[in-house]
Amino acid sequence: MYPNKLMACLLVAGTAGTGYAAEPPAERQKELVRLVRQDCGSCHGMTLAGGLGTPLLPAALKDKPAEGLVATILLGRPGTAMPPWERFVNEAEARWIVDKLMTEFPR
Amino acid sequence: MRLFFAFLTATFLAACAGPQLRGTGDLGLVIERASGHVTLVNTTSKSAYARIGGLGDLSHASAVYSRDGRYAFVFGRDGALTKIDLLEARIVRRVMQSGNAIGGSISQDGRIVVAQNYTPGGIKAFDAETLELLSEVPAEYAPGKFSKVVGLADAPGNKFAYALFEGGEIWVSDFSDPRRPVTQRFPAGNQPYDGLVTPDGRHFLAGLFGEDGVALVDLWQPEKGARKILENYGRGQEKLPVFKMPHLRGWSVAQGKAHLPAIGRHEVLVVDATTWKEVARIPVRGQPVFVMARPDGRQVWVNFAFPDNGKVDVIDTLAGKVVHTFEPGKGILHMEFAPRGEAVWLSARDDNKVVIVDTTSFKTLGEIAADNPSGIFFTSRAHRTGL
Repeated sequence: MYPNKLMACLLVAGTAGTGYAAEPPAERQKELVRLVRQDCGSCHGMTLAGGLGTPLLPAALKDKPAEGLVATILLGRPGTAMPPWERFVNEAEARWIVDKLMTEFPR
Repeated sequence: MRLFFAFLTATFLAACAGPQLRGTGDLGLVIERASGHVTLVNTTSKSAYARIGGLGDLSHASAVYSRDGRYAFVFGRDGALTKIDLLEARIVRRVMQSGNAIGGSISQDGRIVVAQNYTPGGIKAFDAETLELLSEVPAEYAPGKFSKVVGLADAPGNKFAYALFEGGEIWVSDFSDPRRPVTQRFPAGNQPYDGLVTPDGRHFLAGLFGEDGVALVDLWQPEKGARKILENYGRGQEKLPVFKMPHLRGWSVAQGKAHLPAIGRHEVLVVDATTWKEVARIPVRGQPVFVMARPDGRQVWVNFAFPDNGKVDVIDTLAGKVVHTFEPGKGILHMEFAPRGEAVWLSARDDNKVVIVDTTSFKTLGEIAADNPSGIFFTSRAHRTGL
């Protein structure tokens, strides 16, 4: 189940190419920032420096492929405490989050 | 703000009139996680009386109290340990003790404050008076492998029990000689996520995230080792996603039973605290995070992980079921009962306020403004084991 879903996600991610053009609307961006800082932050730390979850700062993510990170957000990581967030963020939003995490995440 | 000025005025008046004597039994603090502040509160007047800044990253911050209830020790996520004087409303001491911390505890005799750390994994003991480092126990569970420490709780005999998330073990460190702690190790299971010491100080429980079950050590008979309770409570069913780790503490014990959050199930598990057998499971409206008994044990209050974090369920322990459900605010992160439980204070993070609710009528008694409030800690914790 999981590999199939992951593959589907990667395919979608692949066809989307450099889909960062499809940025979420400003209002939604604010919600996403709050979601990441507050709710992802309950494991990864509000400053994203890590907690029970791994650090999400640019230095910690720089060697990881963006597609994999998008898949992790949407589908979670079985065997770890990372749950799937696809009920709350769509793929374009996950890509936007990853893009911001890898560069500079808004306050 | 008005309250703050009222406090300042009161302070100046007090200064003119000579020192004003007062006890600390009805004081407490509220963590404002996003702005590095704590607001000091009074549970009798149900109001804030001061606000202190400069505490750093307070996401997941917690506090313990000196036994005179005057000083709070606040453990910040960024590894800072800050000692606050509740009477003078100021920071007395502050040390950066690690890179990434998750809480702490204070010894039975009140002389040792112990911080539990993620990075570098382990615990550190400090003199409660001076915050001088006394000793440390690195959580090196295999050569060169360090674990995040979770679930630290004080136990009688100046002992501290805790669990190793990656190491899958329970450790009990005896600080009878604070500079030379002696540590015993027990197997726990897959990914212990938090722990608790029962209010009598006898048992340490570590909840497991990576498997269904709870590891238990009888601290009166450590030679018997650790055993597993609530094994396979999920019965192999697929787990629901957990969007926030539940918390365990000794306040989950009521009427001789421990009330524990299930992992990946919207249930509270009820265990007999003598036989440690499951006696009931109570359906609730989300993934439980805090399952806290009112001090008299008649009620157990439950809040939930995202996306159900606006809900609160109240279990009547006599009826064994939920008797009241409500939504007291947005992003309910924590609850703290007044010392004898007539009221409960709930932090509503996304509403920037603390809501005070009567535990009999469930009516709102008041509100206190706070910037993204999370943990609420009253001085009544000073005299309880395992908090």
